Amino acid sequence: MISPTHDAPEILDPGAHPSGVIAIEASRLEKSFGNAAVLRGLDMTVRDGEVVAIFGANGVGKSTLLRVLATLTRPDHGNISIYGSDLPKQAEVARLSIGAVLHSPMLYGDLTVKENLTFFGKMFRVPGLTERVDEMAARMGLARRLNQRVRELSHGFQKRAALARALMHRPRILLLDEAETGLDEPARLILDGVIAEHHGAGHAVVMTTHSIERGIAGSDRVFVLSGGGVALDRPSSQVTSSDVTDLYGDPSLIGPGGT
Amino acid sequence: MLASLGTVWTLARKDLLLELRSRDIVLAIVVFALLVITIFTFAIELTPSRSRDVGPGVLWAAVAFAGVLGLNRSFAMEAEGSTLDGLMLTPVSRELIFFGKVLGNFIFVIIAEIVIFPVFEALFNISVLQIETIVIALLASIGFSAVGTAFAAVSVRVRSREIMLPLLFLPTSVPLIMAAVESTSVVVNGGSWADFSDWLQLAIMFDVIFVIASAVLFQYVLEE
Repeated sequence: MISPTHDAPEILDPGAHPSGVIAIEASRLEKSFGNAAVLRGLDMTVRDGEVVAIFGANGVGKSTLLRVLATLTRPDHGNISIYGSDLPKQAEVARLSIGAVLHSPMLYGDLTVKENLTFFGKMFRVPGLTERVDEMAARMGLARRLNQRVRELSHGFQKRAALARALMHRPRILLLDEAETGLDEPARLILDGVIAEHHGAGHAVVMTTHSIERGIAGSDRVFVLSGGGVALDRPSSQVTSSDVTDLYGDPSLIGPGGT
Repeated sequence: MLASLGTVWTLARKDLLLELRSRDIVLAIVVFALLVITIFTFAIELTPSRSRDVGPGVLWAAVAFAGVLGLNRSFAMEAEGSTLDGLMLTPVSRELIFFGKVLGNFIFVIIAEIVIFPVFEALFNISVLQIETIVIALLASIGFSAVGTAFAAVSVRVRSREIMLPLLFLPTSVPLIMAAVESTSVVVNGGSWADFSDWLQLAIMFDVIFVIASAVLFQYVLEE
């Protein structure tokens, strides 16, 4: 599952394996913005218990794909099903299974961390809400910042709060779009722990990351996007960094961290 | 049903809490409306009969134009922190999100009117704080909030949203503004119930049609 040759820390529980239940099934996805076709007939399947890392050069459609899977962006063509719920028809059911941390924390700056988590918890009708808020705050190292307004938190703590928001309703699929960006080491360890826990519980994680080494080491499967589709779909143990970067195309598009 | 009402209230309560912290929306509506009303009191030589003739028009033009500012702010707030995406990620139906936003905006407009009406009454020396005008104010606020929320959602992803919202909102709201102006005019000039009820019916019809139409429109405009 994880290549022993990589230097990055092994964060997954080797005892956990994909269950075979299909969490996400996307076929022939197409999405354009104006004249720019971003996704062109993309197919992907993610099973329960899988951690999938998505790589690709800037502008290749990684974030768009995650927004489509999160039900925020409607594809122009193609089908998506989340645990058998077809989008967009059954989007409200599908959203119960999805937790997403995208580029922005999606939190109200003038509300406290506690007010934000309580609000989103109510939207998901989370049972035992008060206890769940305290539990998530403790898990993310936010217990002492619960009554602080989100606007007053550092970027790293905002990201932690965003992760807490995404996990409030115990989603079975976690979508992470460059979630490690701007995090300090303790926060990265928390993120790694969350991914490992999710994986251990047999749930699915789909993440994009700037760090190729880290992404390969922390995943079961790697997708590389290129030309609007999946150019590489392979178990992480059979992928090297150069396999990924070779598919990026123009090397000038590759930043210092990878993508 | 109760759960849906609870969700609508949770959404509106969140907006009220945010407004309590920032005071952006109500303050914008009140200050702008009072400025318009004050400027007109200087621009027009206000005799009692002239006040009754032009007063209702000034009052509702001020509320409508100022309302645009507040409604714009209410959705801009969601766009700035991408919290609109956060709302869209929840399993709550778009209709409930719409009604939650409408309820929040309705409360903001009502609070602003509670400040604006007495000041208007004092400056124009005409009595608008009567049961009939309060009913019309409630109906107008429902219509403004519903149409304004839907069009604010249309404008929110547009770069020039400050221009887009008034361009969509004001022409659409003309029947409601007319009903509010004419019915207030009937009240301050001591007109008959029959005259008043014609405009009241127009306001009710506008609200029924546009609350439903706005709720339907809202579902589609938030899709990327």
